[in-house]
Amino acid sequence: MFQKNIPITKGNDKVMLALYAILIFIGLVCIISVEYKSTDNFVQTFFGFKKNYSKQFFFFLACCLIGVFILLTDSKFFTATANLSYVIGIVLILATFVVGKEIKGSKSWIPLGFMNLQPVELCKIFTALALSKFLSLQDTDFSKPKSQIIAAAISFAPAALSILQGETGLALVYFSFLIPMYREGLPPGYLIAGILMAVLLVVSLLFHTKTLLIVFTILAIVLVLLNRKQIKRNKDILFIIVGVWLFCAAFVGIGVPFVFNKVFKKYQADRIFSMVGVENPFTDNRTGSLSPEEEKLKQRKNAQQNYNVKQSKIAIGSGGFAGKGFLKGTQTQGDFVPEQHTDFIFTSVGENFGFLGTIFLMLLYLGLLLRIVFIAERQRSSFSRVYAYCVAGIIFFHVAVNVCVTIGLAPVIGITLPLMSYGGSSLITFTILIFILIKLDADRQMVLR
Amino acid sequence: MSAFNQSRKNIVVFVFVLMFIVIISQLAHLQLFSSDLRLQADAQGTFRKVIYPDRGIIYDRHKKSILQNTIIYDLMVTPNKLKGMDTAALCKILNIDTAQFNKKIVEVIIKNGRTRTSVFEALLNDDKQAMLNESMYLFTPGFYLQERSVRSYPFNAAANVLGYTAEVDTNFLKKHKNEGYVSGDYAGMTGIERSYEKVLMGERGIEYWKRDNKNRLTEKLENGKYDTVPMAGNNLHTSLDIELQELGEKLMQNKLGAIVAIDPKTGGILAMVSAPTYQPKFLTGSERRKHFSELFLNPALPLLNRTVSATYSPGSTFKTLQALVGLHEGVITPNFQVSCSGAFYGCGTGKPMRCLDFGTFNLRSAITVSDNTYFATVMQRVINNPIFPTVDSSLASWDRYMYAFGLGHKLGVDVPSEKKGNIPRPQDYDKVFGKGHWNYCSFRSVSIGQGEVDVTPLQVANEMAYIANKGWYITPHVVDSIEGGDKYAILEQYRKHHDPIDIPDSIFDVVHDGMQGVLEKGTGGNAKVKGITICGKTGTVENYYRGVKQENHSFFCAFAPRENPKIAIMCVVENSGRFGGTYAAPIAGLMIEKYLNDSITDKERLAKIESLSKLSLIPKRIYVEVRKQDSLRHSKDSAYLIAKGFIKIIKDTTGIDDGEDEVGLTKLIKDKKDKENRDNKKEDPIKPEAILPGKQKQVVQDSVTKLDN
Repeated sequence: MFQKNIPITKGNDKVMLALYAILIFIGLVCIISVEYKSTDNFVQTFFGFKKNYSKQFFFFLACCLIGVFILLTDSKFFTATANLSYVIGIVLILATFVVGKEIKGSKSWIPLGFMNLQPVELCKIFTALALSKFLSLQDTDFSKPKSQIIAAAISFAPAALSILQGETGLALVYFSFLIPMYREGLPPGYLIAGILMAVLLVVSLLFHTKTLLIVFTILAIVLVLLNRKQIKRNKDILFIIVGVWLFCAAFVGIGVPFVFNKVFKKYQADRIFSMVGVENPFTDNRTGSLSPEEEKLKQRKNAQQNYNVKQSKIAIGSGGFAGKGFLKGTQTQGDFVPEQHTDFIFTSVGENFGFLGTIFLMLLYLGLLLRIVFIAERQRSSFSRVYAYCVAGIIFFHVAVNVCVTIGLAPVIGITLPLMSYGGSSLITFTILIFILIKLDADRQMVLR
Repeated sequence: MSAFNQSRKNIVVFVFVLMFIVIISQLAHLQLFSSDLRLQADAQGTFRKVIYPDRGIIYDRHKKSILQNTIIYDLMVTPNKLKGMDTAALCKILNIDTAQFNKKIVEVIIKNGRTRTSVFEALLNDDKQAMLNESMYLFTPGFYLQERSVRSYPFNAAANVLGYTAEVDTNFLKKHKNEGYVSGDYAGMTGIERSYEKVLMGERGIEYWKRDNKNRLTEKLENGKYDTVPMAGNNLHTSLDIELQELGEKLMQNKLGAIVAIDPKTGGILAMVSAPTYQPKFLTGSERRKHFSELFLNPALPLLNRTVSATYSPGSTFKTLQALVGLHEGVITPNFQVSCSGAFYGCGTGKPMRCLDFGTFNLRSAITVSDNTYFATVMQRVINNPIFPTVDSSLASWDRYMYAFGLGHKLGVDVPSEKKGNIPRPQDYDKVFGKGHWNYCSFRSVSIGQGEVDVTPLQVANEMAYIANKGWYITPHVVDSIEGGDKYAILEQYRKHHDPIDIPDSIFDVVHDGMQGVLEKGTGGNAKVKGITICGKTGTVENYYRGVKQENHSFFCAFAPRENPKIAIMCVVENSGRFGGTYAAPIAGLMIEKYLNDSITDKERLAKIESLSKLSLIPKRIYVEVRKQDSLRHSKDSAYLIAKGFIKIIKDTTGIDDGEDEVGLTKLIKDKKDKENRDNKKEDPIKPEAILPGKQKQVVQDSVTKLDN
């Protein structure tokens, strides 16, 4: 192949590489600020593979190696193996049902000896590839419902499996594939309908069912009266109004109670209600009621999560405008924020470097996302473009949800901050995602199918 | 690609940017506008550790330390961290049961809140401290031990002068709002611990520590950038002679009374004995509370500093001052003679004022034998002096003399709770007799130091210093100098000479002659010391307690040596009976000998010290009251009285804050007395008891009838 004569640096997007390296560096600094004690010998611990920041550093070295491998790989390889890798990913997820190891309440890990692998995490890459592959097929017409259903199936199958394993946080990430689908022509009606459903859901959680039914009915009558001239000319409008009214009434009056009473377990329902700050009104829900011990455990977990968020907000808030300075954060140094080196790494930025630091970091992430979108739009191959949007979607979802959790805008969902959170699984996944994109971008002159 | 895809890209970008704007707004809200988060972070992540400086050390005139510091531990508790602790083990060590433990915790929470640290048991004794130290890991983080420096008294003496420190209570905190005290601090409560609190306390240091989620202190915040170093309190050098003080306390054992010795040249107090006294160490350390209630309930009032807080009629010691006034006013000459044919008939009847020595006296011999008639005559001449148009103005003039001699007002000594005594003023008699309806004969007993005149032992000692110095005194004070300078200008007032009336030395010489005669051929022979010329004056003071005539107080005041005087002294032995020369004189003599000769070696004199110290002169009524109290205690134990707040009342009696101090103790005693009065159905007291300080004197119409000294 002629590619072998080209140095691997050629055509790689320098901005992406720089952003990648800067984010990993900031992540390392933050992990150090969490773990480093003034009594430690820094050099010794940094290379000792005992402390988390040391491990993260070695994970980073491994990632560099992986990155080089990816850059050396022919970009056709990714299109060729997309479907195969997806199947392998699904098999790996299924394998966890058999050989899975339970870590932090979810049985979604495969022990590999030197590290634990979470297939759902890895499967994001494969799903992204498979989705790109499917959408870039010449005979895929994404305006047809059949294609839309297949695309949705590809995207959400791993998520469904993941939920079955009790790992809801990671499953939610798969919603990010709606972004590339939207870009490729998914009718906005779906998204709008989805958003409306979400609004309806929140409203139905917040207000009493009877109140809502009355409000909907009044609204429908008002609409009919206001539009009676049009209705006389066109009876369809009446049907649409009545249809929407019926749907809303059914959703609020039958759907929501049914879901909360029969589908969700009580603690899940409780958690959803606590998210919007309302007491769970569906008290007759006994399905999946937990034994007292389990209930206690769940309560403790809830309390723990509340504590996490409170501590996280305190740490970030106490950073003020300019922060307390590297290694000077009392909350970070005092271990007040649990899981601070992984899911709550953002708090150490907030405390040590203050508002300036968090804004800078947010702008870095935003820059990364916009760069990916920019890269996506310059692709000639639709495979590469869809893939780029997949990466953008995944990173966006991770960053948005993770940061929102730490600043109290979202319920506690255990997902990592890309490239910064401690953890080999997460770091390697994002490295692969990004480097495949860089490789595809470097080869953008080639037409890939 | 088609245009609609371009717009979709823009929408995606718009969604991204929107999300980041939401996030950044929330970050701004948290980091820029939520100062409470910062406070919460500081509250949980940092710890403000107060470092108590050592209090200043107090030295006597020979540079011996008489009050210093030692280390002791407090057991501190943070109630909200008690969960899951082994309470039983702690209770066992502290020797309490679980109910008491819970009660204490509740008290602590009420007092100081759930999250703040409070003292659970202050000043642990050595055993408990050792046991706790071993097993402290069981009780963390709810409990910890805190070092505290407490006062120790190397000499078992001068309790009333030095005073004690105690934990500040809410009233104290209210009174001293802006002085930086917080609950749990210790402050001087009486004595010079109180009056020099500012100097002795030093400056507290503050260390800021980081602490972790387990509430452990990890390291100093920013390497101690914000820390302040504690500054030890300044040391005080006093004029006290601790050996003299010890001797005084020994001599006053088993007696009620007081001794004050002053260096007339400097006004420095050499010894200040109040009897009965207590062991100063009783009021430090773990047993403080128990001892305090015992001392407080003791009817002999050991906590009362009789040298400044008790007032007595001066008795015959007052006569020396009348001599000065008479001579200076020119109403008598040293050779003016009065004969005593048995009593003073100047007011028409000889009934009230008898004299013991019949004969004719001039001024010198009148002082020497303490002739009542003579001084009644002298004062009659002063008051009826024709240069004054009315009795009012002549008495006012006489008052001016008394004030100049340091009577009738607070001297300003640096020991708290000083009383001002009483010098009768024209308006007082106006009130009692009606304006214009009184004359000298209405209050002639004042001339011999009975009746409406009241003095503290300190005032009499100071008056001796005044006479010794021939016309001036320096306000008596305990503290001579402060190490590191007198920042608060406390000592300035103790450098000034007071000599408001210019009396020629020749007048003093006559009085000195008379006072020297007191020891050589008069009533004070018992005070004689070989080789020292002492000028003194005895006093035998009649007194009444709840309307019942009590045994006489024995007074003796003196200064020595006559030329170049080095010590002025006053000794009171309450209710000793007999005469001033009998008990007070030998005690004063021994004190003078000890101070001027530095030690007493003569066997005979040493034997005298022993016999005097063994001699018990405690009045019977004290025993009676102790017995009464014991029976009372059967029904109500002292813990009840503490709970009722009696102990608190006296704890607040910290003096210095003018006047207020009288409220606590005096009121308590008064209440007690009133109650007993009612019980006993006695008539009103004719004359308040000597030890009742500051009470408005009741001028009694027939005061003359009770005087016959």
